[in-house]
This record gives sequence, structure tokens and C-alpha cells, in this order.
Amino acid sequence: MIGVDANRGGSAHGAPLPRAFFLTPRGSLWGDRIFQGIVYAAVGLFALVMTGIVFALVVESMPAIRRFGLSFVTGQEWDPVKEAFGALPFIYGTLLSSLVGMAIAVPLGIGAAIYLAELAPFWARAPIGFLIELLAAVPSVVYGLWGIFVLAPFLRNWVEPLLGGTLGFLPLFQGPPYGVGMLAAGLILSIMTVPFIATVSREVLLAVPNTQREAALALGATRWETTWIAVLRYGRSGLVGAVLLGLGRALGETMAVTMVIGNRPEIAVSLFAPGYTMASVLANEFTEATSDVYLSALVYVGLLLLAVTVMVNSAARLLVWTVGGSVKGIRE
Amino acid sequence: MKPLQKRVIVNGLMNVLSGAAALLVILPLVLVFGFLVYQGGSSLNLAFFTQMPKPVGEAGGGMANAIVGTLILIGLACCVGLPIGILGGLYLAESRDPRLPWVVRFLADVLNGVPSIVIGIFAYTLVVLPMRRFSALAGGVALGVIMIPIVLRTTEEIVRLVPASLREAGLALGLPNWKVTVRIVLVTARAGIVTGVMVAIARIAGETAPLLFTAFGNRFWHSRLDQPIAALALQVFAYAISPFDDWHRQAWAGALVLISMVFLVSLAARLATSGLQRRTR
Amino acid sequence: MTTRSVAATRLMGLALAGLLLAVPGLPIAGAAQTLMNGAGATFPYPIYSKWFDEYTKVDPSVRFNYQSIGSGGGIRQISERTVDFGATDGPMTDEQLKKAPAELIHIPTVLGAVVATYNLPGNPTLLFTGEVLADIFLGKITSWDDGKIKSLNPGVSLPKTPIVLVHRSDGSGTTYIWVDYLSKISKEWDEKVGRGTSVKWPAGLGGKGNEGVAGQIKNTSGALGYVELAYAITNKLPVASVKNASGKFIEPTIASTTAAAAGAANNMPADFRVSLTNAPGDAAYPIASFTWLLVYKDQPDELKGRLLAKFLWWAIHDGQRYPQDLLYAPLPAPVVKQIEEKVKQITFKGKPLVATR
Repeated sequence: MIGVDANRGGSAHGAPLPRAFFLTPRGSLWGDRIFQGIVYAAVGLFALVMTGIVFALVVESMPAIRRFGLSFVTGQEWDPVKEAFGALPFIYGTLLSSLVGMAIAVPLGIGAAIYLAELAPFWARAPIGFLIELLAAVPSVVYGLWGIFVLAPFLRNWVEPLLGGTLGFLPLFQGPPYGVGMLAAGLILSIMTVPFIATVSREVLLAVPNTQREAALALGATRWETTWIAVLRYGRSGLVGAVLLGLGRALGETMAVTMVIGNRPEIAVSLFAPGYTMASVLANEFTEATSDVYLSALVYVGLLLLAVTVMVNSAARLLVWTVGGSVKGIRE
Repeated sequence: MKPLQKRVIVNGLMNVLSGAAALLVILPLVLVFGFLVYQGGSSLNLAFFTQMPKPVGEAGGGMANAIVGTLILIGLACCVGLPIGILGGLYLAESRDPRLPWVVRFLADVLNGVPSIVIGIFAYTLVVLPMRRFSALAGGVALGVIMIPIVLRTTEEIVRLVPASLREAGLALGLPNWKVTVRIVLVTARAGIVTGVMVAIARIAGETAPLLFTAFGNRFWHSRLDQPIAALALQVFAYAISPFDDWHRQAWAGALVLISMVFLVSLAARLATSGLQRRTR
Repeated sequence: MTTRSVAATRLMGLALAGLLLAVPGLPIAGAAQTLMNGAGATFPYPIYSKWFDEYTKVDPSVRFNYQSIGSGGGIRQISERTVDFGATDGPMTDEQLKKAPAELIHIPTVLGAVVATYNLPGNPTLLFTGEVLADIFLGKITSWDDGKIKSLNPGVSLPKTPIVLVHRSDGSGTTYIWVDYLSKISKEWDEKVGRGTSVKWPAGLGGKGNEGVAGQIKNTSGALGYVELAYAITNKLPVASVKNASGKFIEPTIASTTAAAAGAANNMPADFRVSLTNAPGDAAYPIASFTWLLVYKDQPDELKGRLLAKFLWWAIHDGQRYPQDLLYAPLPAPVVKQIEEKVKQITFKGKPLVATR
């Protein structure tokens, strides 16, 4: 952060504002009270919705929890006919595909956001920005079908043989090139999450006050250095928020992933191998689930997805907090 | 190498890299768009926008009801998602309570990760079962819930970045707190919030799974909000998974229309709230 | 923007919003029509949409709205009474029928065939037996030039490539028909895997939906999988002839599919919940099945019930003109007679809704 700056953001930054912020005695107390009431009502409604969803998931999965317990989490067999269910391959598939997707989407998304907010020529900003937002509007079923007809053959005929040939000594790139599989799923996920990360990051970067940039430039920084020191640091929490938004999408995406991931409930190291994600198995089998145990097992998978989302989010926040904590507290 | 030279080189390198990132991000859109235009462009004609779906083998037929249906569903979703999202985001950005906002923020991130089909089932249990019928209202609720985390988190991050000096100036002028929030902070953050809303709308416009159990779909014009209603994403899905090429082409045309619709809504919202000027720089 | 233009834009926005919300309330032409909602299997969606469209010419006072959410979804929704009729590719089990609030009857409408399709250079026509197919899907036969396949197809030059097996990832009636057939033919399959709309596949990749499987096969040389006949034809994929219960190798066509139902007509159970796989008859294709509409025997609403019963009558008679063009197989005549009796049993408070013709 460049120097002491009166233009720092609102109360969350520790700026000197009274503690009971909403309740300062000032002219229109009724106006304040009503507004506060509306805000709390909105938050309350949100909390109610969340609780409702979690509650419904827990209640519906109770039969499966009672029957399988924690062995569900470590079990690898998924047999609807014999009613033996284990969710480990799905957990693995969700985590790996999201990891691959985010590994590609985060640098590309933030890079594109930086370009759009700071470095691009002015005439290009609006059009490129719009194009990126449009990516978020493409229905996931279209991504899925594009994946089968365009992406998977491309991977099978060009990319996977190339990767296998050059980097084949790594277990990540071994195995027959099917085209569909973890790599295809990761790529589709990255395409689907990148617009969220890029757009929200761009907004965050644009909202950074100009005084920050001006101060850096005044000290003789290059354009990039200004961006790095003044803008990125300042907007860091917003960028983290953008990445978490993208991550949420990656973890929960169903349609597009299930069309290109091969849908094989097995754990394999190679990116060329087919896999299966929690969201995919839920979408694939929910409408056709016949027995009560089967249905309950699927809801249990949904509950586990929620748990995984919670854990991944916590881990991400922890990471940011430890890394960010080394710079003297601006926010968080 | 002199330090200055190094810095200049790094600067140039980063310029190129970030530009490359932007290009790589657009590349899939160009490819997908090209795919859609190539496959479905021929099906885009006036009939597409004005007629109802026709069975296979009959020429013409369109998705007029689905286009209007999607617009109505987005409108309903905004009624649910915008108030909760924007007000919730305000709360998270402004409140100084140490624990509750943290919990709410966390819950929002988690909700973002819930698959849309689960939210659809939730809306089914909440709205469809008690009403004993599928309806546009149920679809709006499902889509609105999906919108909430995106709008909420984006609003929070943008409002946080509004400088304290603006708020202090308002308070110094004797404005009550809520007016400062609504007339100064929100207005300053308007552009960013609108972008967040547009991103959320883009997401829900393309959602199929939650609508299967809520809005249900309708081959005819809807007549009331408590009846099933057509939606572009649903119609595209139904046609895309059929075996017939004619329907496939219509599906791709439908996807093109969907993307263009989101584009137009986004453009209109931008113009209405802040004009084409983003900020004075 | 000036305050005035901001206010003007806000007014426009509100007006637009009001318009959009008011449109639903406006009386639409023909709103006096009755809307009937149905949900279920994706397989018959094309023929049902054709039927419902044609039927508006026969009876303009009713409109049928059918959406494909899957057979399981159809069963669930009709049991919850959120729709007026359901549709399913696989008959309801006894448990499911017990859970429904009232008696549900199955009305067969058309027939479909599940075919083995593949992608090989030259697109040869292959012959399979059920045992060989079971072995392939069990993962016991993994290469195209395996002795068992070769002995069935002596004239064809089979490459030495591995078989890339593709099955359905999503639960579906198509899968049910396929594994039902394999379970009848192969004891090992029955014990190891069994029947269901979703099973634990010993080998292979999962594609989503018929189109996902067809797409994957089309794009992968050496692939083999199963799809509904219509998808193989429209994707121009070769189909294999399979040996039927009479020992003849039958090509899956519309005629051979109808023959499968004709073969089973003599032993048709009264509720039509029958599996047609491996049906008797010289000309019968062994992997065929009905698709059914699910309606309540005692209809809750008289007008809707009458409209529904009349439609069903039309569907099994005049409606049978349309399936062939859309690559479905029509019902054979003896079965139609049996269905007629069933439709006559649909009542409202005990009164039959269809006049005997």
C-alpha cells in the first residue's frame, strides 16, 4: 500500500468510524431503522434458504447415512443394482477436475482482467469485456455438446498424443487417448469459470481509486509495476472473492462436465483417463433412481459435495489469510 | 543489465502476457460461437422468432414462446435474487460485527458451489409440491436462488472499494446513514453491481437442470405465472438431445438467440445505469 | 447523465417490467382451451410432439404439453399428481405402483429398438449373438479381432484394434432394455451386473444420453455401444444384426421391432408391463420394447379424463400412422385390440369415459 491514504475504502478497512455504525443518532432515525430492518430481513431470508437446503439434504440422505455411514466416503464401488454405494471416485473426480480447471482459469482470468482494467487500449476495453461476459451466457449443454463434437476429437487426435509423446514419462499423461476424460473436463470447466473470474476481477480492479495508481506513477513505477504494487495489492480481497466465485462454479458444474468426462467411477492418476464427478452422478442418476436407498445415496453424494465445497472454501480462505497476513493489515 | 532496462523489459513482457491471456480467454468464445453459427445460422429466420415449436419433419417452427419465457423467468429471478443479493452484499461490506458477516459470506460461497440441479429440487419441494403443479414462479425462485451468491459477493467486493471519504462527506453534510448508503455508496458502486447482476443473469439464462423440475417447459404460450412456461435453455436441451438434424439446427440457433439476448439485456442495463462512460480517468 | 434522464430511464425500465409481468395476465387467444401436462421419457418425445400437434387438428379444445424429464421423473410426477399423465420406457415396479395414491395403468403407445452400433473402417454389417455382446460388455472380449466375433462374421476383415466400449452414464430406459436382454441371455451378466436403469458397468466409457453415446461412437474409431434405433439411423451409424430366440439373425428395422410385440401378443399380461426382449417369433428383433403412457384408472377430473381417454383411443388407432416416419415402430394389430379394452376401463367415479365404438 502506498503511504497513508484518506481514500481507503469503507468501514471494513478499519477506518475511524463509530462502532455501532448503523445506529448513530442522526436526523432520520426511522429511515435508518427501516433500512437496517430491510437489510437484516434480506440476510435473514438468505440464511433461511441456505438452512433449508442443508436441512433438506441432511434429511433426505439420512437413510443412506444410517446404512453406509462413513464407509460411503471411502468406498469405491457404485452398484445401483446390488445397492452398494461408495463415493470416493466422485470426490476425487470433482477435486481433480476443478483443480485442473482452476489452474488454467485463474491465471488466464486475472491476466485478462489486468489487461482489460489497466493495460489495454481504451477503444478495445468495452468490446473485449463484453465478449468475455458473453462466455458466461453460453448454456452449459452447448458447452457439453461442443465438447463432444469439437474439443474431445481435437484432444484425442492432436493434444493427447502430443502430450503423451513428450511428457509421457509423467503418470499424468499416460494411457490411451480417448479424448473424453479428466483433461477434457478440466478444460471445459476452465472455459466456463474464466468469464466469472475475469469479469469480477476486472470490476474490482476498476474500482481501485486512481490515487493509488497516481501515487505509484509519481514515484516512477512502470505501468506494470503500478499495477502490481498499487492495484493488485489493494484489490486482493476482491480478487480472492472472484476466484472463489469461479471455484464454486467449477465444483458444482454438471451438464457440460458429464458430457466430456467419460463417466467412469474409477480413480486414475492420468489426466487422459475417464472420471466421474459428484455433480455429474447426481444429475445423471437422480431422475431415474428407483429405490429409496438409491435416491438417498445420491442425496448423500450431494451432501458430501456441500461438505467438500465448505472444506475447499475454508482452505482457500486460510491460504489467503496466511499469505495476506504477512502484509500489515489493510483488511481481513 | 541495468535495473531500469530490466524493469522496462518486465513491463513489456507483462503487457504481452496479459494481452495473451485476454486473447486466450476469448478464443473459446469465438470457437463456440463459430460452431453455433456454422451449425445453426441457417435456422435463424423470422419464423424462428415468431412461431411456436413444430414437430419434426415440418418446415419452420420457432421458439417464440421460449424467448419470451426466458425473459419472464429472468425477471422473476431478479425479483428474488436482486433484493437479497444487493442488500446482503451491502450488509457484508458495511457491518462491523466480527462473526455474523463471516458466516454469511461463507454460506454465500458454499451456495455458489451447490449444483443447480439441487437448487431445482429444493424449489420443487418448496413451490411445486405445495402448489401441485409446475409453474413459472417455481422456475423464478430456483433461478433467483442461483443468482443470490453471485450478486451478493460481487456487490460486497465492489461496495468495499468505495472510498470512505465519500461516505464521510455525505455524513458530514447531515445525510442520514441510510441515505448515504443508498444515494452515495450504491450509486458510486452502481457500475460494478450492474456487472455482477449481468454475470448472474448470464449464468441463469443458460441453466437447464433446475428448470426441469420447476418451470417444466411449455410448447405453447404460457397463460399465467402459475402454469408451466417455456424457456430457451430447456428447448435447446430438448432439441439437442434428439436424434434429428433439423431439431439440432434449431437448438444451435436457439443457443445463438440466448447469447444475443443476454448481450442485449447487458447492454441495455449498462446504458440505463451509467451510460457508456465507465469512470473518469 | 442528468437527473432527468436518469428518472426517465428508470420510468422506462419500470414500464418494461410492468409490461412483461402483465403479459402473462392478458387473455391469450384460445386461453379457453384445456392445457394437459405430461412428463416422462425422452425416447418418445419426437413422436409424442408429433401426435399432440396433429391432435389439435382433431380436437382444438385441448392442448397437450409434454416435457421429457426422464422415465423416473415421469413416474414420480404422476405419482405426485403434478402432471396429468406420465410416460416411461420401463414399466413401473410393484413398489412404485403401491406408492402411487391410486391405481395407475400402463398404455403402450409405440415400440422402440435398442441396437448395437459401432465405428469401424468400411462400416461393415456385423452379426452378433447375445452371448458375444454380453462378453464384450463384461469386458471379456476386448479386441475386434477376437475369435468369437470373427467366427460370427467370417467375411469381414476385422482390425486388430481394441474395442472402445461406450455405455450410458445416465439412468435410462434404453439401458434397462439392453441389460434386461443381456440378463436373459447371459447368466454371468445376470449374477455379476443385473438389471436396472443404471448399473455398475464392468467396462467402458459413459456417454450422456443417446446422443452422447452416438456422438462418442461417431467420433471414435473402434467404438461400440448401444443406442435407440432412431439415433443410429440419423447419425448414419451401422447397426448390427442380432440372433433372436428362434435362432435367426435379425436386422433391427421398424418391421422387425413391431414383430417382436406381435410375437409376445399371445402371452401379454393384462397390465401390459411386459419385457419384449428375446421375444418369440421368427421375424422378431430381440432387443425391443414398448414405451408406455401412465394414466390413473379413475380420473380425478371429468373433462380432463374424457379428453385424455379420447386422445389415447386416437393414439392407438389413427395415431399409428405417424411413428414410422419418425423411426418408431407402430403397435401390431393384435396388441391394439388388447389396449382398446384397457382404455375402456378408464373411468371417472366409476363411469367409463370412452364410448364403445
